[in-house]
Amino acid sequence: MTAMTMRDAFVTSAEEVLADPRSMIVLADISAAAFEPAAARYPEQVVNVGIREQLMIGVAGGLALTGQRPIVHSYAPFLIERAYEQIKLDLDHQGIGAVLVGIGGSYDRAAAGRTHLAPADVALIDTLDGWTVHVPGHPDEVRPLLRDVVCGRDSAYLRLSTQVNAVAYPEAGDLRVVRDAGPGAPLLVAVGPVLDAALHAVADRPVTVAFTHRPRPFDTAGLRALAGTEVILVEPYLAGTSTRVAAEALADRPHRLLALGVGRAELRRYGGPEDHDRWHGLDAAGLRRSVDAFLDA
Amino acid sequence: MTTTTATELAALLDRVRAEREFGPNVYSTLDVLQVLYDRVLRITPETVDDPDRDRFLLSKGHAVAGYYALLAARGFVPVGWLDDQGGPTSRLGDHPDRTLVPGVEIGSGSLGHGLGLGVGTALGLRAQGRTEPRVYVLLGDAELDEGANHEAIAYAGATGLATLTAIVVDNRSATHGWPGGAASRFTVNGWTAATVDGRDHDALHTALTGHDHHRPHVVVAVVEEGE
Repeated sequence: MTAMTMRDAFVTSAEEVLADPRSMIVLADISAAAFEPAAARYPEQVVNVGIREQLMIGVAGGLALTGQRPIVHSYAPFLIERAYEQIKLDLDHQGIGAVLVGIGGSYDRAAAGRTHLAPADVALIDTLDGWTVHVPGHPDEVRPLLRDVVCGRDSAYLRLSTQVNAVAYPEAGDLRVVRDAGPGAPLLVAVGPVLDAALHAVADRPVTVAFTHRPRPFDTAGLRALAGTEVILVEPYLAGTSTRVAAEALADRPHRLLALGVGRAELRRYGGPEDHDRWHGLDAAGLRRSVDAFLDA
Repeated sequence: MTTTTATELAALLDRVRAEREFGPNVYSTLDVLQVLYDRVLRITPETVDDPDRDRFLLSKGHAVAGYYALLAARGFVPVGWLDDQGGPTSRLGDHPDRTLVPGVEIGSGSLGHGLGLGVGTALGLRAQGRTEPRVYVLLGDAELDEGANHEAIAYAGATGLATLTAIVVDNRSATHGWPGGAASRFTVNGWTAATVDGRDHDALHTALTGHDHHRPHVVVAVVEEGE
């Protein structure tokens, strides 16, 4: 296993894609130091606008209007929430796309408090049409995902985190079965870095566990193929974010759905990500309690 | 270069108006649009997709009636489109949509988006080695209330984004005003500036072509309140 973080993997991979003169990086000071070598090598392709997130997205829109492919990077709450109208209008309404790469996840910097938490980022992007959302669970998944979305023209959000699984699954856009409990078993779908906790949680229960790092577009065909009567979604962001897509995919069959994730209430507590996992019931013990209550009901 | 007479434009504007009352923003923008399209912008209906064309970004998207009239006068859109503006099958909304209207570079309407898009457009052209096209963004003095503009003004000035021209049609509509003048918000950040009578075509032309090729340029076109 590599010691490289998802952010390191992103910076390295992003510098690689700058070899294509159409690719550009847009920053708002966050990670600017990490991109200094890339900026020195490709001075016209790395833009740091300072601490100006509205401009960061506006610039990305302008770049895309000229045919460039912008990769926009910042801390998740500043990237997705602060300039949401720019994402809606400067990208989507103009009919152009960009690749947004966020770090910080739901509560990577829990001790920083509410200003640096962004559990609603995927839900917010999900209000828009046609976006791809990738939530890698391991640094080794970052490079192929970045290269793939940069090659396209549509918009994509890569949600990076310091929370990681032990094993990388680079080819898991479609649901990938990690543990097969046989036909008719309850299905647990783990998105991104919650996989390891989910596997521990149901280690001694006959539950099929599938992994994906691509909640949008969600692999609804895979869900239909794998799902029995009971479906459990575990997502590392706002609980219920994918309830809509799962319910629509299974609308024609009797099923029961449990959606686990980060709660809405502001906890006003610090600590580390592992503490917040516990408080939101996303550690192995908490997931186990929820799964038991759901399946034994 | 072909010019559009005020009479022609007035007739086209009447077709867009269709008995409705226009606010001052429509008339205050007409002269600068005329000078831009007649004498400044290197763009024609044949070059709307040419990567080396000049870009004109209408940021104050509500000033759309004169814009549509001018696009029709210059042949970017059929004149017949003007008669049903805003209708259920019309391509011309109360704010412009770049995906529906040939010659329209950005969809606008929510204030404060055009200058950031203009900065990005200038940076994209520069990255492609295109030094000829110039990017013009038209704003209103009240639109400058939006903080996003000031992010763009500060950045473009600090980095000497020389192919960018902002045009502020100043009809004194900002609720709290701009003491010292709108231009000072730009010049303090390193822009060159010209403040001119927004009705004087020759003065507008001189100002709109008065950039120094080293710094971004702003033209403040002053139009009396209520015009």
